[in-house]
Amino acid sequence: MRYIPNSPDERAELLAAVGASSVDDLFATVPRAVYHRETPPLPPPASEIEVRRDFGALAASNASLSDWTSFLGAGLYSHHSPAFVSQLLLRGEFLTAYTPYQPEVSQGTLTAVYEFQTHVALLTGMDIANASMYEGASAFVEAVLMAERLTKKKTKVVVSQGIHPEYLRCLRTYLANFPFTIVEVPVGADGLTDAAALESAVDDATFAVAVQSPNAFGVVESWDGLAAAAHAKNALAIGVVNEMFSLAVLQPPGARGVDIACGEAASFGVPPSFGGPLVGFLACRDAFKRQIPGRLVGKTVDADGASAFCLTLSTREQHIRREKATSNICTNQGLFALAATMTLSALGKQGLRETALQCLAKAEYLKAGVKALAGPFSLPFSGKTFNEFALRCGPGVDAVLRRAEENRILAGVPYARLDPLGPAHRDLLLVAVTERVPRAGLDGLLAVLRSF
Amino acid sequence: MSDHGTLVSEPIVRADARLDRRRRFGSLFDATRAGRTGVHLPALDVPAADAERIFGAQHRPEVAGEIEASEVDVVRHFTRLSQMNFAIDTALYSLGSCTMKHNPRINEEIARLAGFNDTHPYAPEHLAQGNLELMWRLEQALKALTGFARVTLQPSAGANGELTGALMIRAAHVKAGNPRKNVLVPDSAHGTNPATAHFAGYDVVELTSNAHGTLDLAELASKLNEDVAALMITVPNTLGVFEERILDIAKMVHDKGAYLYLDGANFNAFVGKVRPADMGVDVMHMNLHKTFSTPHGGGGPGAGPVGVAPALVPFLPVPTVENDGGVFRLEVDRPDTIGKMRTFYGNFGVLVRALTYIVSYGNRIHEVAENAVLNANYIRRKLEPFYHLKYDAPSYHEVVFDDKKQAAHGLHNIDVAKRLMDYGFHPPTMSFPLIVPGALMIEPTESEPKEELDAFIDAMIAIAGECETSPEIVHGAPHTTPVRRLDEAGAAREASKVGNFAPVLRAPVK
Repeated sequence: MRYIPNSPDERAELLAAVGASSVDDLFATVPRAVYHRETPPLPPPASEIEVRRDFGALAASNASLSDWTSFLGAGLYSHHSPAFVSQLLLRGEFLTAYTPYQPEVSQGTLTAVYEFQTHVALLTGMDIANASMYEGASAFVEAVLMAERLTKKKTKVVVSQGIHPEYLRCLRTYLANFPFTIVEVPVGADGLTDAAALESAVDDATFAVAVQSPNAFGVVESWDGLAAAAHAKNALAIGVVNEMFSLAVLQPPGARGVDIACGEAASFGVPPSFGGPLVGFLACRDAFKRQIPGRLVGKTVDADGASAFCLTLSTREQHIRREKATSNICTNQGLFALAATMTLSALGKQGLRETALQCLAKAEYLKAGVKALAGPFSLPFSGKTFNEFALRCGPGVDAVLRRAEENRILAGVPYARLDPLGPAHRDLLLVAVTERVPRAGLDGLLAVLRSF
Repeated sequence: MSDHGTLVSEPIVRADARLDRRRRFGSLFDATRAGRTGVHLPALDVPAADAERIFGAQHRPEVAGEIEASEVDVVRHFTRLSQMNFAIDTALYSLGSCTMKHNPRINEEIARLAGFNDTHPYAPEHLAQGNLELMWRLEQALKALTGFARVTLQPSAGANGELTGALMIRAAHVKAGNPRKNVLVPDSAHGTNPATAHFAGYDVVELTSNAHGTLDLAELASKLNEDVAALMITVPNTLGVFEERILDIAKMVHDKGAYLYLDGANFNAFVGKVRPADMGVDVMHMNLHKTFSTPHGGGGPGAGPVGVAPALVPFLPVPTVENDGGVFRLEVDRPDTIGKMRTFYGNFGVLVRALTYIVSYGNRIHEVAENAVLNANYIRRKLEPFYHLKYDAPSYHEVVFDDKKQAAHGLHNIDVAKRLMDYGFHPPTMSFPLIVPGALMIEPTESEPKEELDAFIDAMIAIAGECETSPEIVHGAPHTTPVRRLDEAGAAREASKVGNFAPVLRAPVK
């Protein structure tokens, strides 16, 4: 096998050195009843030529966003990633390194993580961010559990139904065996979380209140309202963001009283890759840092007094706290947090703003186009949006998707995909726009809608 | 003995690093220049939007403090950072239990095909048949190698797989009328095991290992009762030792109506040689990044698929991938499901790499286990005279020495580890198992050639010698790395300082 260097002669030499007469000797403590001497039931090894042919055919049968005009978003937005990012990620020193437990030989990874933490802190307006989470939904769950630890003896979390339904589903799964109540607050006719319902749902037993902005309908929520509702009852405010580019034109949660910000940072140069791997983020006020889950990189000095970075504050993690550990996060998303860091470094202050403004302008152009149609389409929510909006489809969502496909357009995400067994909003299509779509693509979608 | 002993006889004065300020600037945040940018977008081809007018008081004019740098600045910065990293592409990476094996580049090429990489999870299923078929094929391959009824690909990492398994076990007990109270975990287990059991609502009952480092069956019998939901066991365990009595253990657990959970972090030690389901295992997670060599990427991403016996199939997270006569679809309607562990369907890009690796090995994948075990035993045999072995049971893919002999000279496992860096190798694992104080857990993997094993062995022997003859060199190590030994305790002490985790904290938000 090409990945195993030892030749048959060397193998024999090694076996002799360890005093074994055959490979089977090495497995002598495996019960014979379950030990397999025959080869596993798989085809023979495939060469690179065969692998390319086989997997190439599989890949070719998918609709790549590179070949289609795409308006797919709903929590995962396809933005431009500079060419150098994917090439630098392939450097073996990044790609094939492990968790930087030995800082003397890991300053590259550690410095990059420190920069990731800094970017997230700046974007969210929070004091401190961790080294990344699996993805948005688990970051959200960990934020809720963190809030519970910070507000002892409270038992209730209040969440907006404007939070991505898959995030809410994950919350229910992870919290199933904790003695906590989850109360869901509906979204009103303007597409915003019902403020009165939110206020009345929060009581003295509430440890956290969570709202997403822009929410799962694309509508921009108010962090001020969230923070006020939470703090009135000594609960913590959790702000969820899964389109991080919005923070280049919208006030960040940290500047508006939010205590913990969390969500998805994949918009920054991370390929959509059919939904994973992505990059979750979690940021909070400085005072809460000893309860933040996952990894943290901090500054220190070496034996010569030179500045250096290392993992720190790990005393709450599984490898030390064992059954007292407070999170299910054991790793971070190193490589894709690095991709996000590289992309943010290149975008910089100016590129962030320009990209966000292009997304906003293109979405506004599409919305204006929809309003000008006389046909069976409408914008059901009056709230402001950033780069995604809900479209009510008179002809039915499926009919719209099918006709768009004939024109090589992926028109959007049916809201029903987010909440497949839920009964609500089955006539809504979520339409997202990024800087990747030129005006001709926008006009193409409008032409499809006009044809009904 | 090699001549490595004279390689670094005294600290090297790193003149180059002191003169080269660029290698010392640390973060790119400290090197930005106002007005620079590294991305050029197409001209806006629709009317501009007035963000301030649209958002009013919610408008943010800029992200103050963000980097301003050209593409050249950014590429050089990250290239320099890469040069400060040790990686498996550089040399043997002896971290036990982390399984740092060669990462084939064909896997990266395939995962980067636009038809995989640039696809959206909410694309219509008929436009994602290749992706769904790939997931289905990976599940079939993992079923063939494990003997399980189904495998969920959803969990994001090994620990997330553990939790998925524990939640399924709990759901099954609940469905049967009683969630039960305890999960049994050996004292040699990964720290994630007790954390996971706790997270699933269980109390953890620890089992003391016997003198061979394996499970004590009398101890197990004394703690096994109708309140036990599951036994979480690692095979081979964190000492690299295979549980010889696994079939008896499975029977004892099943007789009490409990489930046997196998931590499959070390599946690389027996892949293709033993199917865990044949041993009576009910649930097992697989760290795809370890056994099937997807790159660790400096900390992630990984993937932690979970295989289950028939009794647990109803509780799998949604969606599952189903094959209806060659048409693939996502099944979301599973009434007894535990729910969802994450958004979408899993770390798909990692799944692509893992299947590429499995297909490349095909029916010779058992050679992974054979050569990993052979290499580990070779290192064990060569180093046994120089390093103390607390448990002498037969080793599989890794071997755990400790620093008892070196401690006699005032040196500890961390000193040996740091000194190994000067010889060009990544140190072994030292943080566990907790039952071996001063542990040096070494795992060479199957992808190391004999000459690299020999060089590593020579270095370890040379260090053992230095511990006796020139302990100050070992104690002051490393001497050749970009930075010297770090004050890691200081980092935690200084954690209360604002600015320790990000250089521009509390920048005024604009």
